[in-house]
Amino acid sequence: MLKLIVRRLFYSLITLLIIAVVVFVAVEFLPGDTATAYLGREATPQRLANLRAELGLDRPATERFARWLGDALRGDFGMSLARDKPVVDLIGVRLRNSLLLGLSAALIGIPLALGLGIIAGLTRDRAPDLLISTAALIAMTLPEFVTATFLILVFSISLQLFPAVTVVPANAPILELLPNLVLPIVTLTLIMVAHILRMVRTSVIDVMTSDYVQMATLSGISYRHVVLRHALPNALLPAISITALTIAWLLGGLVIIEVVFNYPGLGTLLLDAIHTRDFPLVQGIALATAGVYVVVNLGADVLTLLLNPRLRTLRTA
Amino acid sequence: MNEPFVEVKDLTIGYRNRQGQIVNVLRGVSLMMPRGGALGLVGESGSGKSTLGMALLGHLRAGSQVQAGTVRFEGVDPFALNPAELRALRGGRIALIPQNAAESLTPTMRVGDQIVEVLQFNRILVGAEARDLALELLGQVRLPQPEAMFTRYPHELSGGQQQRVAVAKALAGEPELLVLDEPTTGLDVTTQAHLLDLLAEIVARMGTAMLYISHDLGVIARVSDRVAVMYAGEIVEVAAVADIFARPAHPYTRGLLASIPRLTQVGIPKALQGQPPTPGEHGAGCSFTPRCSFADGTCETVAPTLDAAAQPGQLVRCHHWQTVAKIEFSQELQQAFHKAVHTVEPEPVVELAGVDIAYTRRGLIQRLRGLPEPPATVSDITLTVHKGETLALVGESGSGKTTIVRTIAGLLLPRMGSLKFKEYDLNVGVDRRPLELRQQIQLIFQNPDASLNPRHTVAEILDQPLRLYFNLSRSERRERSIELLERVRLGPHYRLRYPGQLSGGEKQRVAIARAFAAEPQLVLCDEVTSALDVSVQAAVLDLLAELQAERGVTYIFIAHDLALVHAFADRVAVLYQGRLCEVGSTDEIYTPPHHPYTETLLAAAPRPVPGLRPHMLGSDVPELAPPPRGCPFQRRCPRRIGSICDEEAPPWRVPVEGHMIRCHIPLDELETAQVSAAEHLIPLESLSSSVSSN
Amino acid sequence: MAVVAPASEKPAPIRRRSRLSETWLYMRQSKSGMLGLTILVFHILIALSSPLIVPFDPTEISASLKNLSPSGEHLFGTDQFGRDVFTRVLLGGRIALAITLTATVMAVTWGGTLGILLGFLGGRIDEAVMRVVDALLAAPYILFLLLIVSALGSSNRVLIFTLGFFYGIAVVRVARAATLDFVARDFITAARARGERRMTIVLRELLPNVMDILLVEFAMRWSWMLLAFSSLSFLGFGVSPPTPDWGLMIAESRKALQFAPWTAIFPMIALGTLVIGINLAADAVAKALGLDRTQGAPV
Repeated sequence: MLKLIVRRLFYSLITLLIIAVVVFVAVEFLPGDTATAYLGREATPQRLANLRAELGLDRPATERFARWLGDALRGDFGMSLARDKPVVDLIGVRLRNSLLLGLSAALIGIPLALGLGIIAGLTRDRAPDLLISTAALIAMTLPEFVTATFLILVFSISLQLFPAVTVVPANAPILELLPNLVLPIVTLTLIMVAHILRMVRTSVIDVMTSDYVQMATLSGISYRHVVLRHALPNALLPAISITALTIAWLLGGLVIIEVVFNYPGLGTLLLDAIHTRDFPLVQGIALATAGVYVVVNLGADVLTLLLNPRLRTLRTA
Repeated sequence: MNEPFVEVKDLTIGYRNRQGQIVNVLRGVSLMMPRGGALGLVGESGSGKSTLGMALLGHLRAGSQVQAGTVRFEGVDPFALNPAELRALRGGRIALIPQNAAESLTPTMRVGDQIVEVLQFNRILVGAEARDLALELLGQVRLPQPEAMFTRYPHELSGGQQQRVAVAKALAGEPELLVLDEPTTGLDVTTQAHLLDLLAEIVARMGTAMLYISHDLGVIARVSDRVAVMYAGEIVEVAAVADIFARPAHPYTRGLLASIPRLTQVGIPKALQGQPPTPGEHGAGCSFTPRCSFADGTCETVAPTLDAAAQPGQLVRCHHWQTVAKIEFSQELQQAFHKAVHTVEPEPVVELAGVDIAYTRRGLIQRLRGLPEPPATVSDITLTVHKGETLALVGESGSGKTTIVRTIAGLLLPRMGSLKFKEYDLNVGVDRRPLELRQQIQLIFQNPDASLNPRHTVAEILDQPLRLYFNLSRSERRERSIELLERVRLGPHYRLRYPGQLSGGEKQRVAIARAFAAEPQLVLCDEVTSALDVSVQAAVLDLLAELQAERGVTYIFIAHDLALVHAFADRVAVLYQGRLCEVGSTDEIYTPPHHPYTETLLAAAPRPVPGLRPHMLGSDVPELAPPPRGCPFQRRCPRRIGSICDEEAPPWRVPVEGHMIRCHIPLDELETAQVSAAEHLIPLESLSSSVSSN
Repeated sequence: MAVVAPASEKPAPIRRRSRLSETWLYMRQSKSGMLGLTILVFHILIALSSPLIVPFDPTEISASLKNLSPSGEHLFGTDQFGRDVFTRVLLGGRIALAITLTATVMAVTWGGTLGILLGFLGGRIDEAVMRVVDALLAAPYILFLLLIVSALGSSNRVLIFTLGFFYGIAVVRVARAATLDFVARDFITAARARGERRMTIVLRELLPNVMDILLVEFAMRWSWMLLAFSSLSFLGFGVSPPTPDWGLMIAESRKALQFAPWTAIFPMIALGTLVIGINLAADAVAKALGLDRTQGAPV
C-alpha cells in the first residue's frame, strides 16, 4: 500500500508541474512582457533592452521557466512589479486570510453537508428530503455573487448586523477580521454544503438500495446497525473524493466572494494583480493556489486508500 | 401444535406499472409446507418464484404490495408484524441464502464480523462467545482455516467461498426455515455440487426446512422432497419429487421436462413453443394456453383451479389433466428426442497446433529481474475441426474456452503455435484479415441483451453484415433480412423493433440471424443458450441444428452443460485451466475410460432424476492460475497418483483413433477404476450414513 | 463459465413510440422537470423577442431619472444612470444565453469527440492525455479564464472560445467514462469480430448510445457556464458596459444597494430563475433517460 501512496504523491507532483507550465505559458502569451509593464510610459527601446537583460528576459523561455521554478522551490517568487515588494510577502498575509475563510467554511460545512446529505438520503422523497434538496438546489444553482449580494441585502442593509464590505487592512490581527468573516463564511458554506450534500444524498440512496444492505435487513439486523455499520461506511467513501473535488472548485468561487465583500484575501489580490499586469505576482498566486489544490486532492486520495478495504488488499485464496 | 409450518393462502402480490395499472406477479398462490423437509420451487422468468420466497420473509420489492391473500409462518403473518417482531422473525426463524453472495456481503466489513453481527441480533450473543461460534460456523460450512477466513473481506474470497459464508450467516440464527434463491447462480458446476452436498448434510443434521428456488430441474431433483411448479404467477402443479419427474400431470411440467437435454438420451429434446409470459400478460383462462398442445376453448376462457390429481399429494391446475395423464410420460420422453442429421466431411476446416495464448505479459520490471514468463492462459492446444462438424469446448471458469474462440475470431493473438482456417492463416488480428475470411467466421455471444446494440432496430442490426460483406442494393438487403428473419421463425414486423422490445429467445434468434446473414462457413457459439429460459433453449438448439443441416456450417460450440453438449455435439474437447485434458467423439467422452476431470464433471452435473446423489470427486480449492509444471489438474484430481503429476506433463494416450486422454494413469487402470465407480450416483438413502468423501 | 441465471424473458409492450416521445412522456410526469422547462422556454422567448418589446432605450442616460423606485412607468425602477431597469433586465440575458449556448455546443462537441476517441482507442495516448486532463481539472479555472480574458480582451469570440475550451475538458472525462462502459459490451466486440472499420464502430455503434449522456452533460455544462459567464461579467471581465447583462448589472448595483436595492434584486431574480430552470430540466431529462446520477463537482 505504501507503493500506492507514493504513486499518488508522484502524480500530484506531476500535476503541480503541469499547472506551473500552463501558468507560465499563459502568462507568456500575454501581450507585452514584464519589462513593458514595469516601465509603462517610460519605456524607450534602450531602457527596455536594458531591463530585459537585467531581468534575464532575453533568455529562451525554457531557461526562464527553469529558473523561475528553481527560485520558487526555494521560496523566492520574485518581486511584485506594482508594489515593489517580494511576492512572497504579499502573498503571505493574504494567504492566511483566505485560508481562514476557506478552512472555517470547510470545518463548518463538511460535517453539516454530511449530516444533511445522510438525512436527505435516508428520508428519500419524504418531507425532510424534499426540504433539504430544494434548499440545496437553490443554493447550488445561484451564482456566488448573487447569493452573497442577497445576504448583504438582508443582513447588512436591512438588518444591519454585519459589515457589507471589509474595511480593516489585510494584515490586521485575526480578531479584528472576524466580524468581516461572517457573511463570507456563510456564503461559502451555503454553496459548499449544497454541492456536497447532493452527492452524499445520491451515494446514500445508492447504498441503501444495494443488495448487501437488503441482505443485512433480511438477516434481522436493526435499522440503526444497518445504517451505521453497513450503509454509511460504503456511502461515505466516495464522498471523500467528491468533497475534495468540490473544495478544489470552490477555490475558484473564493475569488468572487472576496471581491463581493472586499475581503483582503488571495482572490482580491489576484484580481488586482491581473488588472495591473503584475506578472510575477500572478504566477506566484497561481502556483500557491495550485499547491493547495494538489495537497487537498492528495489528502483525499490517501484517505480513500486507507479506508477502502478493496483497494488495500488483493485477492488471496 | 396444529398450525401448519408454512401456509400461503390465495396470495396475490402486484405493483403499479408506469401506465398506472396493477400488474400481479403472484396470482392467488396457495401452498403449504410441513416442518422439516425440502420444497423445490421451479419456474422460469416471470413465474414469480422469487417473489413467493421473499414473501415468506415479509419482503417485497419496492413498489409491490400484497393485493390479496395471506402468508403464515407458524401462524404468524410476516406482513402484519411490527418492525421489531419482523426483525426477530428474519434471521432467527427464517433465513435467506441469496442468489448473488458477492453482492450480498457488505464490502467494508470483515467476513467474521458479519457473522458475529447476525449472532448478536438473533441469538443475543456477544464478545468471545459470539466469535467462537462464528468460527465454528465457518468450519461447519467447510471453509478452510476459519481463523484466517474470519478476518478476510468478502472481495478476497472466491465465488464458492462467498456463498459458503452466506450459508454460515443464514445458519447463525438457527432458523427453522431456509429460503434459498437460486444460490448456485454464477458458480461452476463442481463448486455447485459441493455446495449442494453441504446443504444436504446440514439439513439432514439440523432438521431445517428448505424452500429451494431454482430454474434448474437437475438441482431441484437433487435437493427436494416435494416440488411445486410455477408458471405466470401461479402454482400449476405440486407433487412428491418422484411423481413430478416420473408422472407429471400438467402439460407445462411435461413439456419442460421433455425440453431439457439428458445424458441418458441421444439427440435434441423437444422444444416448447413460444415463451413464458411476462407478469400481467395473460388472458382470462389458463395462462399456459398459447403453448399447450392439449388446449381447447375451455382453456381460453375458464381459468382452471388447483385440484387433486392421480398420485397422493399431487395437485394440478389443468382442465384436462386426466387426458394428459393417460399418456405414459416415459414414452413421451423417449419420443421427444430427435437426432440432428448433418453430414460431416473429412476435410479439416480449422486446425490448431501447439497454440499458446496469454493475457498477461511480463512487465518491464519483471523482465529486468529475470523472472520467468507466467504460464500462458491457454497452452498447447492442438485441435482439428472437420467440415460440417460440431466441436464442443467444455470446461469451467478459467478453462480458456472463450479465449480460444476469441483467438480464432481474431480478437486476440496467440503467443505461439499455428492456427489455420482452410488455407488462411488465423494468426492475424481481425483488423488485418481479408474480407472473405472475416465473412466466413462469425461469432454468436452468450447474452443477447449485451450483444445487440440497444439503439439499433432489428433491421439495422441485420443490415450491418449485409452491407459489410455483400454488394447489394437497399431493397435487396431488405429482402434478404426478411428472409433471414423468417428462417429464424420471426415475422417481418420484427424489423422495426428494438432489442429492448424483444424477449431473450427472440433476441438470440436475431443474433443467430445476424451471424448467418454473412453466410459463414464457421460459426463460433459462446454459450448461446445459457442465458435463456430453460423452455426456450431447445428451440434455439433446433434452429442451430437445422441451419447446420441446411448449409453445412461448422460449429465450435462452447458450453458448460454436459447434457447439452451430449445432445448437440459430434466431438468434444475438455479443457481445464487452459489445457486440453481429453478430446474425442461424444460417445467416447461420455463413457470410460475418460480423463479424471471429465469424470469429475460428469459426476457433478445434476440430473433431472430424483433420488440420486453424485459421488463427490475432486477437492474444492479455487484455482487462481495454471500450475507452472505437470498436469493442470494436479491440485484437485481425485485420482492423483503422486509427485509425477506435479512435475511431468502427462502423455497423450489414445484408446481409439481420434480419442485422446492426457493422463499419467495407464488406460486399462483408468477404465477399470472408472467403470467400478460408475455408480457415480449413490441413492439418497445412503447419504446420512455415509461419510462424505473429501 | 458456470450456472447462469436466465436473462429476463420479458418483451416490453410493442408500441411504435420512438425514444424521443417516450422520454418526453416521462418528463411530463415530473413536476419539477416541467417547471424547469417552462422557465427555460420563457427565458428563451424573452431573450429572442425582447428587442421588439422593450419600452425604453437600455443605454440612454438621464441624470434626472436617477435611482427611481419601481413605478407604473418604470416597472423595475431606474439605476444610477437613469436607465430603465426593466428594459435592461429583459435584454440582459441575450448575450449570456447566446454566448453560453454557443460555447456549450463547442465544449460538448470537442470534449465529447475527444472523450469517445480516447475511450475507444485506449492505449498509451489515452493514458497520457488523461494525465493532462486530470491535471487541468485540478487547476483553478477562474485563474486561467481571468488571465486569458484580461490578455485578449472580452470580445464575444474570446469568451466563447475560452469558455468552450475549458468546459470541454470536463466533458472529455465524462464522455470517456461513458465510452469505456460501452466498449466492454458484447455488441461492440461483435462489431469488431465482424471486422467493421473502427470509424464505423465509433459512429454507428458507440455514438447513439453515448448521446444520452452527452445530452445530459450538455444541459449541466450550460448551467455551469452561465454561472461562470455571469461571474466573469460581475468581475468586469465579461460583457463591457454599457451593454445590459445581468452579471454586470449586479456588479454595478453594489454601490447603490443601500438606497436602490431594486437595481440588484431584479437581475438576481432573472439570473437565478434561469439557472434553476436549466438545472431542474436537466435533472428531469437525466431521470427520464435513466441516468439518475448527478455528475461530479461543477467546474
